Amino acid sequence: MTSRIFYIARNTFREAVRDRVLYNLVAFALLMTGGAVLVGQVSIGIERLVVINLGLTAISLFGIVIAIFIGIGLVSKEIEKRTLYTILSRPVRRWEFVTGKFFGLSGTLVVNTFFMGLGIFAALLYVAHHFEKSDAWVLVAIYLIVLQFIIVTALTLFFSSFSSPLLSAVFAFSLFVIGTFSEDLRGFASVAHGLTGWLATGASYIVPNIAALNVISSVAHSQPIAGALVLYNTGYALLYSAMAVCGATLVFERRNLK
Amino acid sequence: MKGSRQVASGATLLLLLCLAGSVFMLRRVERIRSGATLHEVLFISSPQAAKRLSLGYNGLMADIYWTRAVQYFGSHHAQGAQEYKLLAPLLDITTALDPHLTVAYEFGSTFLSTKPPNGAGEPEKAVKLVEYGIKNNPDDWHLYYNLGFIYYLELKDYKSAADAFRQGSQLPHAHPWLKILAARMSEHAGDLETARMMWSAAYQTSSDKQVKANAAAHLRALDVDETVPVLESIVDKYRKATGRVPSNFVDLVQAGALAAIPRDPSGRPYKIMPDGHVEVSNPDALPFIEKGTPPGYVAPKPKFSGSE
Repeated sequence: MTSRIFYIARNTFREAVRDRVLYNLVAFALLMTGGAVLVGQVSIGIERLVVINLGLTAISLFGIVIAIFIGIGLVSKEIEKRTLYTILSRPVRRWEFVTGKFFGLSGTLVVNTFFMGLGIFAALLYVAHHFEKSDAWVLVAIYLIVLQFIIVTALTLFFSSFSSPLLSAVFAFSLFVIGTFSEDLRGFASVAHGLTGWLATGASYIVPNIAALNVISSVAHSQPIAGALVLYNTGYALLYSAMAVCGATLVFERRNLK
Repeated sequence: MKGSRQVASGATLLLLLCLAGSVFMLRRVERIRSGATLHEVLFISSPQAAKRLSLGYNGLMADIYWTRAVQYFGSHHAQGAQEYKLLAPLLDITTALDPHLTVAYEFGSTFLSTKPPNGAGEPEKAVKLVEYGIKNNPDDWHLYYNLGFIYYLELKDYKSAADAFRQGSQLPHAHPWLKILAARMSEHAGDLETARMMWSAAYQTSSDKQVKANAAAHLRALDVDETVPVLESIVDKYRKATGRVPSNFVDLVQAGALAAIPRDPSGRPYKIMPDGHVEVSNPDALPFIEKGTPPGYVAPKPKFSGSE
């Protein structure tokens, strides 16, 4: 079972690499180099701040775009190319296929993020000529961004299990945007009463809480991130993603593929 | 088929467990990040920038900002806050996005002008807000009424209040109260009777439950503020005549000074204190009263509901 999931995940990763997903690293490298050099010339005292803000934002946006645009094709492409029938005719269960796809895309994003993270540290070294102790917080921010990717990947997989690629992209992106405002939704729920309050509270727990996973501004200002926040966010992201993958499995198990 | 059903059951169970777990984790995260949310964060502080960014969907954006202003006020009010830093900017953005959203001027100016903890205590900003509203909605008499109310109640500027009521009264379809208030303001601005008229007007001109409840509470408070000095003077007369303070109102009824035991607007009898002062039995039931409270009395946190 584990080996079947592993093989599907590995093939998903290979396919993503074959699709030239990692080419975004070139764009990222150009952005970081350009940003670091340009800001150094036109501004005063914010080179480090810009490198961190720009770098982490770029990692986050590039990753979200990859998670959505690769994620929407994970299932539909296999059906379109009829390779899914070959896979499922072997001793591979549908849930193993879904889980393998999820791990494959998550792995792609982790590798991608690793290289982009190296790019940020290289740019930091270029502008400051040395590392500071507080630069370690950038790693925490990158880790939390990876958790965002895992959630978005799981959600995209869930939508792509029953919807067309275009609609899946719209749903996933919309939920990502709503997730960035989830704390406002909870603020609304806390002042609403009765049925509205219950509905708002329920909705605020169902949409992903992306806002809590974004610590870019704090890290740019060298503010420490609480260990408990990292721990609970990790638990939250893993459980939320598992929930979305379970949802995808449930839908895919019942889907008529004929 | 059986295997598929097992997978479905397992996935459903796991999904529910993960949902419960994620809610638990999220609550933990919230506890750590408490206060990091909308309360003191205004992403776009410039009304003009917000207008540009709304891409022409100004109406919807104004509704969203107005809802945010209400949420902001409501949550701070419930906590008995002394500061409402973001209220004025939120209202400015709301009205810049939709200058015809009169509800934002009417309620927003009340939120802004009232003293903390019932409001932001920024009457000057409230005046500016309503004046902006009048500029954009010159035919709406409600806004003149709101302006006059702020001048009268919070700024004690009776001349400006009279001017606002007079200008409003000249508009077509203006409520007849405005003319009466304008005249009253010019002659007897500081009287309790004028205050009673103002709150009666507020009660009658509004259809909002919250506003009506607030006006009714103020009218009850005025009743107490008017009755307590009268009762204290009767107690004083009794003391002068008998050489002692009456122990309760039964003594005054038996002496023929009162026809019956006086009751406050909540239906509870007034009390005579050993020093001759008159107090209400339960000051918490009568918000806004200025007389008849025990020495050093601090009013409880206000409630944000129309149930009062």
